[in-house]
Amino acid sequence: MTPATGLHQEKPEKAECFAPHPPETADLLRLATAGSVDDGKSTLVGRLLHDLKAVMPDQLAAVERASRDRGLASADLALLTDGLRAEREQGITIDVAYRYFASPGRRFILADTPGHVQYTRNMVTGASTARLAAILIDARHGVVEQTRRHLAIAALLRVPHMVFLVNKMDLVGFDEDVFAGIATELRGHARRLGVEAVSAIPISALRGDNVVECSDSMDWYQGPTLLEHLERIPVADDPSNEPARFPVQYVIRSAEHDYRGYAGQLVSGVLRTGDKVVVLPSDQRSTIAGIDVGGTAADTAFAPQSVVVRLKDDIDVGRGDLIASTASAPATTRDVSATVCHLADRPLRVGDRVLLRHTTRTVKAIVTEIVHRLDITTLQTCPHPRELRANDIARLLLRTSAPIVADDYAVNRHSGAFLLVDEPTGDTLTAGMIGRSLGEIGSAL
Amino acid sequence: MGLARPRDYTLSHLGVLEAEALHIFREVAAEFERPTLLFSGGKDSIVMLHLACKAFAPAGLPFPLLHVDTGHNFDEVLEYRDRIGALAGVRLYVAAVQDYIDDGRLTERADGTRNPLQTVPLLAAIRSHRFDAVFGGGRRDEEKARAKERVFSLRDEFGQWDPRRQRPELWHLYNGRHRVGEHVRVFPLSNWTELDVWSYIEQERIEVPSIYFSHTREVFLRDGMWLAPGAWGGPRAGERVESRTVRYRTVGDMSCTASIDSRAATVAEVIAEIASSRLTERGSSRADDRMSEAAMEDRKREGYF
Repeated sequence: MTPATGLHQEKPEKAECFAPHPPETADLLRLATAGSVDDGKSTLVGRLLHDLKAVMPDQLAAVERASRDRGLASADLALLTDGLRAEREQGITIDVAYRYFASPGRRFILADTPGHVQYTRNMVTGASTARLAAILIDARHGVVEQTRRHLAIAALLRVPHMVFLVNKMDLVGFDEDVFAGIATELRGHARRLGVEAVSAIPISALRGDNVVECSDSMDWYQGPTLLEHLERIPVADDPSNEPARFPVQYVIRSAEHDYRGYAGQLVSGVLRTGDKVVVLPSDQRSTIAGIDVGGTAADTAFAPQSVVVRLKDDIDVGRGDLIASTASAPATTRDVSATVCHLADRPLRVGDRVLLRHTTRTVKAIVTEIVHRLDITTLQTCPHPRELRANDIARLLLRTSAPIVADDYAVNRHSGAFLLVDEPTGDTLTAGMIGRSLGEIGSAL
Repeated sequence: MGLARPRDYTLSHLGVLEAEALHIFREVAAEFERPTLLFSGGKDSIVMLHLACKAFAPAGLPFPLLHVDTGHNFDEVLEYRDRIGALAGVRLYVAAVQDYIDDGRLTERADGTRNPLQTVPLLAAIRSHRFDAVFGGGRRDEEKARAKERVFSLRDEFGQWDPRRQRPELWHLYNGRHRVGEHVRVFPLSNWTELDVWSYIEQERIEVPSIYFSHTREVFLRDGMWLAPGAWGGPRAGERVESRTVRYRTVGDMSCTASIDSRAATVAEVIAEIASSRLTERGSSRADDRMSEAAMEDRKREGYF
């Protein structure tokens, strides 16, 4: 082993790394990947990390060692990301893994989700926080059942941007017609689901074509590389166009400072000192007396800031309440109608008593009806199934013990989302999206 | 507002990470009976503490700090820890590996490293103080097995982590419910990278121990790492001590925390060095992760961080 030599002694390799970016100008994009086991997804993620210098020589050396141990001729980039022993033994990816990489001016958090059937729940998990879904397709096989499932899940979770990566173009001779045929078919599927913002990029993750570097084998493609595309997506919606939603997390009291404030994270919109607000579900009215961000007074707060809000009136406010602008208050209800993805191995049945976790509020709930199960691939429905099993997508009705203050998920991905939790074990059972769904799924549900 | 230029309502990536971390601290304070924050005096736990103070300002911290002391810590780090522990409004508990060795509950390893020995005092402290949530500074970018770690990570009554029992985490809904005897490890810096931590230290002007910056130190070479001499077991015969200009990228047990040659004397210089660095944080300075490809995974299962 060579000694760990000083970093300054290394020859600076030009363009080998990105200069640190002033923190105040870099922004953050969250994306999720989906693709079948053999579409080359791990290779794509490995390629992104490798070409963006997010892989260090010691990591690469470990991968080369492991590749040699398996009798491979060259470094298998997929090994960069397949972290757990069980996966290495089975050669598959289980569970969601998070990866971090950067380009000048933008940081990325990538939720790397496995693609095979039984892990629908993992893609739902990864897509829940993503602004963009990148769906891989094997150019040799085109659109398959898996592709339709991934597209439907991304649509269901309302991931705002989708990009299809037609991979392994090297194995179809970089043929433009193959790519064009797949892209046209994909756009048709997306339209049927009511998804408009889609792009398609022809790539070879193995060789690196159009991932970070431009391909020199596909002159016919004039569009952006995957990285260029990722750098152009807006990282957030403009909060000033959204209604303010502030779920109260925690009450901060300080006798010493004669202080009482309501701590929370704005999930959407903007709040200003002097705004007229309503506290729900109790329907009390007040005015914002002040806003503190990290202990410093501020006039304004906007999503997704974590702040403390002080009110003019001495009213009863606590965890689980929602502060909203009087101009656009959400609905309060005890009857929840939602599209769900069942996550747990334990089945869910009509009559089950569970906890419903919505924003900062937890209430008891009972499953009153399983309206139907949806086949996510064919979009066919099966009415009133006996129970929901892991990875099932369904339409559900619930009755809660106390009112919740909810938006439609279609309008607000934070105040429209909930979890069902098993009370005795605490296990997370089901992920839910309140209100109607979308496109053809919408008419089916 | 009408007179001002239209505001740009965008947060920088550090602003987003900070907002997420504050949210996590408050969730735990609201949902758990007895949280604690693991504090080592290293940069990650210092940033965690800074964020926690912000989350509850102007009130004090609603939970104590816990330091698992291997007995082989750098003086600069202990000095820093004790200063923090003396601050008004902060309670600090120390669980010492040395106590366990002295009364025979733990045995010193042949190689002198005490990192693997930390698990026993940590779990005992969690049991005796009945902590139900433990904040750790773990980041998902540090190591492959951590890439799958949840923000809220459930541990059974033996402190064990089972990758198959981890709950799916969706949106920003963290589920911390657990049975009696179980506890939850919480990682507010899950989505931060080493560079993010340093950029935040710079932005917030946070003080960190001096060993993170370039200094001259007596070191010797073992297994390709520059280690500091000490009562922990070095240098051995044949290991030559020399004086080098170094700094530390991580702070841990002296037996397995190596220095790197560096002239970075300020936070800005450290950031520039990391940004152009060609070795991962752990790979360059943690001997204990080199044991095997699955080393981290194995230790996590046992209840280590």
